[in-house]
Amino acid sequence: MVVPPLGREEASGLLATMWRIRAFEERVGRLKQADEVHGLVHLSVGQEGVAAAVCAQLRDDDAVYSGHRAHGHAIAKGASLERTMAELMGRDTGLCRGLGGSMHLVDAEHGFMGATGVVGGTIPIALGSALAAGLSGADSVAVVFFGDGAVQAGHFNETVNLAALWQLPLILVCENNGFAEFTPRSAHTVVERVSDVVAPYGFERATVDGNDVLAVREAFGAYLASARAGNGPFLLECLVERLRGHYEGDPGKYREAIAAADWQQRDPILRLQRHGVAQGWFDEAALAAAESEAVAAVEAAVRFGRESPFPAPGLIEQMVYADG
Amino acid sequence: MAETTYIKAITRALATAMRADDRVFVLGEDVAEGGPYTATAGLVDEFGPARVINTPISEAAITGVAIGAAQSGMRPVLEIMFIDFITLALDQLVNGAAKAHFMSGGQLTVPLVLRTQGGAGYRGGAQHSQSLESWLSHVPGLKVVMPSRPSDAAGLLASAIADPNPVVFIENKTLYFRTGDVPEPAPAVPIGSAATLREGRDVTIVALSRLVHDTLAAADRLAAEDGIEAEVIDPRTLVPLDLDAIVASVQRTGRLVIAHEAVEHGGFGAEIAAQVGAAAFDFLDAPIVRVGAPFAPIPLSPPLEDAYLPGAEEVVGAVRAMLISS
Repeated sequence: MVVPPLGREEASGLLATMWRIRAFEERVGRLKQADEVHGLVHLSVGQEGVAAAVCAQLRDDDAVYSGHRAHGHAIAKGASLERTMAELMGRDTGLCRGLGGSMHLVDAEHGFMGATGVVGGTIPIALGSALAAGLSGADSVAVVFFGDGAVQAGHFNETVNLAALWQLPLILVCENNGFAEFTPRSAHTVVERVSDVVAPYGFERATVDGNDVLAVREAFGAYLASARAGNGPFLLECLVERLRGHYEGDPGKYREAIAAADWQQRDPILRLQRHGVAQGWFDEAALAAAESEAVAAVEAAVRFGRESPFPAPGLIEQMVYADG
Repeated sequence: MAETTYIKAITRALATAMRADDRVFVLGEDVAEGGPYTATAGLVDEFGPARVINTPISEAAITGVAIGAAQSGMRPVLEIMFIDFITLALDQLVNGAAKAHFMSGGQLTVPLVLRTQGGAGYRGGAQHSQSLESWLSHVPGLKVVMPSRPSDAAGLLASAIADPNPVVFIENKTLYFRTGDVPEPAPAVPIGSAATLREGRDVTIVALSRLVHDTLAAADRLAAEDGIEAEVIDPRTLVPLDLDAIVASVQRTGRLVIAHEAVEHGGFGAEIAAQVGAAAFDFLDAPIVRVGAPFAPIPLSPPLEDAYLPGAEEVVGAVRAMLISS
């Protein structure tokens, strides 16, 4: 299945999404220092390309799940910046009315069906959404994002076995940033490539440069088309860079920061910009506008969050059980 | 009214729910073969392997799969073959199913039924015989149901499948082939409603699961041998607990004994005792007494397992000690 080549309009959308995620994440980092967002906060600065390239190809009825580093995935799937920011601030207008927070974002309306603070915990749940699609005869698919740290957990391996056995339309997207929390992958396993971990199961798998939005888009697009036809599962490993610490406040003494010049070459946003300029899609003014529009949208989201009320304490009791 | 076994009542309730609603499906280890106690026997013949799904021995993943299917609009009935194995499913159940509705601000619902069974008496040893219901009762977001009779098994399973919340449905293996009257079709039994199975003026005995039957036998003995009339209440549901029914009885009798097979220490009896103590202290004529298993793993050796397990003898002893001492 050939994915049509990237055109100007789609590239422009990808760029806008990546800038929105980056501006959001960098702003959240500052808000965390100011104690305006709450809880454990894990940012995805540098990893925006994967979220954008994957989610741009999905529909609202495709279920997307994520882990603890989930803001970018939710935003790329369609969650409003305002309501996402309000959620991180614990406000009643947040996606989850302030009950979930950074690690537990849900935007069911757009098919962002869950994130988790338990590494790997949403992987089998995503398979359940794929099973539901199969049972109800829909052509929707399920996608789960996770890091390389989740691959050593039992629920990843159990789910891979089940997904292969049942051949369900699940696309596993591993963002391999080389670090499971504070230690490198080499300290966790002897298997370097996540795509090799699933080799014996015989389903389609690939490792791509996650900083190359075009490569992620094309590889994922091919899997998606096949999954819509009822095939699966698939695993796409995207090699990415986690520019910030495991969590905000992580001193990061366990590794050297990537050199700025090196990052300029790899940054998925700058790479897509260079590609777009070479194609004649963007000029400098358009690029500057993409960034400044994202920053302005994030500032509006911050204002929305600050002006929103906290939920009333009565919400606690009200939300434990669904009525019925 | 037809006499049927507890296990057949469950099988029929599953089939009835599956006929009525295409979203209902069953998954678990060996469910297409009926499982070790025939709970799902024959379902695959009527509903096919797409709705009676055998799984590998992967309790964590299959629980996650059931959650995902439930929050995507299906009505899964998951079987965890022995409650002892729920340890492997607890992350998904506790961090996933129980919290999804709450953490999503009400966007998600998880209409999942997790069927499992516990109980000793079959020389199953320490890893196939436990009663772990109190762990589950401690988790907000889960409902916990523990039927003792075939009619309740059928009626509560129907209610559990219809419920929009995750329900842990705990059966008891020693009750599977006991019979009782179950109307056809079996009426739904509401979750959160206790049943008073014997009326009496002298002492209230709240009993769970297998101990309901031992307690009814104990009550007959107490009446015949001691002239003591015990009121026997089966809560049927632990979460939500029908405290009102228990308190109303204690207000009449002034005495409360709680009997369950689980280890007494930290068992659900402690929660019932605390709630009744808070709600009806002034009505109590004696300290609340619990009957449960000792604080030890379940032994294999037959005479030791028999000595370990609470039953009618222990309930009789507890009531006699209470009425003599007060």
